[in-house]
Amino acid sequence: MYKIPVGEVIEGSIDFLVDNFSFITKWISTVTEAGIDILVSSLMFFNPMVLILIISAGAWYATRKKGYGLGVFSLLGLLLIWNMGLWEPTMSTIALVLIATLVSIMIGVPLGIMAALNRTFYTIIMPILDFMQTMPAFVYLIPAIPFFGLGPVAAIFSTVIFSVPPAIRLTSLGIHQVPTELVEAADAFACTKWQKLIKLQIPIATPTIMAGINQTIMLALSMVVIAAMIGARGLGGEVWKAIQRLQPGRGFEAGLGIVIVAIILDRVMQQFGEQKQ
Amino acid sequence: MEKVRVENLYKVFGQNPEKGVELLKQGKTKGEIMEETGMGVGVANASFYANEGEIVVIMGLSGSGKSTLIRLINRLIDPTAGKVFVDGKDITKLSIDELRQCRLDHLGMVFQNFALFPHRTVLQNTEFGLEVKRIDPEERTKAALKALEQVGLKGWEDSYPDQLSGGMQQRVGLARALALDADIMLMDEAFSALDPLIRRDMQDELLALQEEMQKTILFVSHDLDEALKLGDRIILMKDGVIVQQGTAEEILTNPANDYVAKFVEDVDMSKVITAENVMVKPLELSYYETDGPKTAIHRMKKTGSDYLFVRKDKRLKGVVTIEDAVVANKKGEKDLHAFIREDHTVVTPDTPANKLFNVINDKPYPIAVVNEKGQLVGVITKTSLFTGLADNMDWQTTQEGEE
Repeated sequence: MYKIPVGEVIEGSIDFLVDNFSFITKWISTVTEAGIDILVSSLMFFNPMVLILIISAGAWYATRKKGYGLGVFSLLGLLLIWNMGLWEPTMSTIALVLIATLVSIMIGVPLGIMAALNRTFYTIIMPILDFMQTMPAFVYLIPAIPFFGLGPVAAIFSTVIFSVPPAIRLTSLGIHQVPTELVEAADAFACTKWQKLIKLQIPIATPTIMAGINQTIMLALSMVVIAAMIGARGLGGEVWKAIQRLQPGRGFEAGLGIVIVAIILDRVMQQFGEQKQ
Repeated sequence: MEKVRVENLYKVFGQNPEKGVELLKQGKTKGEIMEETGMGVGVANASFYANEGEIVVIMGLSGSGKSTLIRLINRLIDPTAGKVFVDGKDITKLSIDELRQCRLDHLGMVFQNFALFPHRTVLQNTEFGLEVKRIDPEERTKAALKALEQVGLKGWEDSYPDQLSGGMQQRVGLARALALDADIMLMDEAFSALDPLIRRDMQDELLALQEEMQKTILFVSHDLDEALKLGDRIILMKDGVIVQQGTAEEILTNPANDYVAKFVEDVDMSKVITAENVMVKPLELSYYETDGPKTAIHRMKKTGSDYLFVRKDKRLKGVVTIEDAVVANKKGEKDLHAFIREDHTVVTPDTPANKLFNVINDKPYPIAVVNEKGQLVGVITKTSLFTGLADNMDWQTTQEGEE
């Protein structure tokens, strides 16, 4: 029976892109890798105790209206991570998540704004986002390798693809939700599209955009773990090693480290979203 | 001098608006076009003008196209056909940038639901138009402060809109338009979302401001009382068509058709003046749960009256008189429960004034005006009834003179 060559077409086009453009992606890879190294080594430059205190104090300060719960949690959680000997992989995971999130925001927020303001763009991009979010995350790992080579940059690439949709969706939603009467008032007072965006739509959409960024961080964190399979180091790498060596205890410890980092990031980001309201 | 002139203006919403205009010109009605083509007619063949310093009220029921018409004037909605002249310039022909400039120079707007920017302070809201106009910060703050003072909001500059009452929010809306110093003000149901008493205050203030400013105001309203009070001229709309325009007297004495006649038939003055128009704010209230006789006596002393209305859970409970309060105090009662009289007269805000004459003398204390939720919205004393009537009668006598 004739098989429709879906896979062949995809492979053919990826091969074509790799043959013709991989010099660019390889270059990006080199530069980004250097950036990651600098970030990780500067995180490692501090004595862990100093950094733990700084992060805990930051977490406490960000959530101080809700008491000191998160500050204490951060302190104990990070000390536990350090105690389990997972400090370096944790820093490397945080570095990967930070970079992937930054790239996702830089791509996602402008695309979200465009989707909100342009009906055609919206109808084109929404199904693509559905596709990106339902496609199993592992699949993104495969094409990342030929473009960026095994390593953290390929991991960031697939992480960005996986985690950018909520940033786009919620930015677009936030801008859509700006009451029409306010948009009308801005028009009546002769705003240009740009003024309307800066003075009205983005400030009012900020809490929703922040909620999107929070989701992006959480997705990035979960994807960074999966991306350990293609050479992302960090806590995911520890889990992956534990799977290969069948060390459930070690795997659980690394998993716990991820949970602690996730809770701290999530609570702090939520606070940012609320403050803007 | 003519400030705004609208000539044969059409707005049809839908797939093929030009065809809708053709059908309208052939004499089809809004309903027929909706049935045949599925297109909605917003405004059909509207022509009118407004002179400098004039308040023109555009009136009609909801769906009559009045809000669309006012938006065609600053092109928040683009007309399908026809011309709009603002200060002599046909704005339907302006480019986007010219249109923006025209809005900044000539067209201030006030909205029904205030449309204040929640993330900006009162001052920043007021400055908004000037900021868009790129006036330098010092100058725009000065202009905004002046506008806020004009509307009586001095001292509220740093508050946020959600900290203000509805009436105050709309003052900010008004100040925002005033600060721009445009010569034409478009007011879309500007006072419709306010309580009756506050609405009346705002109308009075707008008239007072207009005395000194002499702007050209286009005011959309569905409220006949408001139209009669504010409008130098009134434009009556139905189904997107202007059915009649003229001064209040012209429309009342000589309705153009049955629709107008029906709209204004209730404007027999003693009927049109209702309890709402002659009531005043209750000076002091007593609270059922918390106040005792001593507090009540103290409050009556302060206002110089010999009664107090008593409220419970925001609803009007009854009246307590000074005699009863003194007796209660002597007996050492801790609360007013046993002394509340419930024989006060209650009317609704839309009770016609002529019915009030029959009951005003029944009781020693004022008539309570209570809304459908049972809340006390105002009181009517003999003084407020007669002065209120006298205020509203002025133009009725003119009208009778003409008959």
